[in-house]
Amino acid sequence: MRYNEKELQALSRQPAELAAELGMRGPKKGSVLKRRLVKLVVNFLFYFRTDEAEPVGALLLERCRITQEEPSGFSICFMEDPERKYHFECCSEEQCQEWMGALRRASYEFMRRSLIFYRNEIQKMTGKDPLEQFGISEEARFQLGGLKA
Amino acid sequence: MPGPGIQAKIPCPCRVGKDDPGPGGAAMKLNERSLAFYATCDTPVDNSGFLYKKGGRHAAYHRRWFVLRGNMLFYFEDRASREPVGVIILEGCTVELVEAAEEFAFAVRFAGARARTYVLAAENQAAMEGWVKALSRASFDYLRLVVRELEQQLAAVRAGDCAPPPRRAPALAPKENGCACAVWSAEPPAPGPAPGPAPGPAPGPAPGPGPAGAASRPRPGPPPPLPPRRRVSEPNGPLHAASFVRLHQQYGQEVRALRSRWLRSRAQP
Repeated sequence: MRYNEKELQALSRQPAELAAELGMRGPKKGSVLKRRLVKLVVNFLFYFRTDEAEPVGALLLERCRITQEEPSGFSICFMEDPERKYHFECCSEEQCQEWMGALRRASYEFMRRSLIFYRNEIQKMTGKDPLEQFGISEEARFQLGGLKA
Repeated sequence: MPGPGIQAKIPCPCRVGKDDPGPGGAAMKLNERSLAFYATCDTPVDNSGFLYKKGGRHAAYHRRWFVLRGNMLFYFEDRASREPVGVIILEGCTVELVEAAEEFAFAVRFAGARARTYVLAAENQAAMEGWVKALSRASFDYLRLVVRELEQQLAAVRAGDCAPPPRRAPALAPKENGCACAVWSAEPPAPGPAPGPAPGPAPGPAPGPGPAGAASRPRPGPPPPLPPRRRVSEPNGPLHAASFVRLHQQYGQEVRALRSRWLRSRAQP
């Protein structure tokens, strides 16, 4: 699949929601744990060799599951192949929890559901649609009905 | 420079071998298979339709089936294709109308030297306007801004709604306030794993059928936001027992009020 790699690289240089040096192990059998600078920007998780400016790779964080592994580690797997896991090791359980929380909130789909939730709540309490001020109240992607698969 | 009809990108055969480091200067890895699944999954799309895509600066237009999902603009050979030809990651782009030989043309432009500009053309005025609108608001950044704004609005509305109660004898059942945290973090009766923000696969507040083959269970939406933080009147002063009890009561009252409102709203279809 073609993609605009240059723009993705530029994105990896944007301010991160969260960034840290973690241990990372790829999904392939026999992968070794490596130190990587891991950076969460919007719904992408970038990982760099610790001394390099360009990322080794990126993971789009949609339709993924974050699972705790041992006290201070977690894994990311994707819905189409849950056996294929990317493992990460943190230096403490706190750091692990912080990352897991951030990664779970990092998907566009999560953001969308939050928006619909808040919109609904505000509408119920005030009788007004808060999206009108943004001019996006009619957009299909923000309708409650759009959540049903 | 690649020939007409071919996108300008770093030609690298090692792109296919995802877990191999490849020869020196390997292209960046991306979970392309997951991207392809995201492109074709059964959740509703944000926009779709045929657009003409210009191959390169001096190239011809190719008609492609475009699907916008989140901040990803996928394009397929045709509507029935199982896998996208490519994707344009929309973060950081601007969308503008352009003067082009083709009618109803617009451009997705990125900042930076040698950045690619994607010239697209719709089949009519309405479609063009729809796409320009959808694409210019497609970024994660934009969505996050709106969500944060709504979060604040909801907190403000709730704060305005909860007046502090009149003073009365403290008669709180200890567990009422003790489980204040539990009220917010405990997930309502639906079956499900640990509380907190739902991970990607869950379909959303309406418990509907999840994506085919998913192990995710129907899960209600994200838990309601915490009540707004309150600034204590004497942040650095001594907290007298009397004022503490008053705060204790006040918070308990608020928690109960918010909780019952939340439970009522969840009871609605």
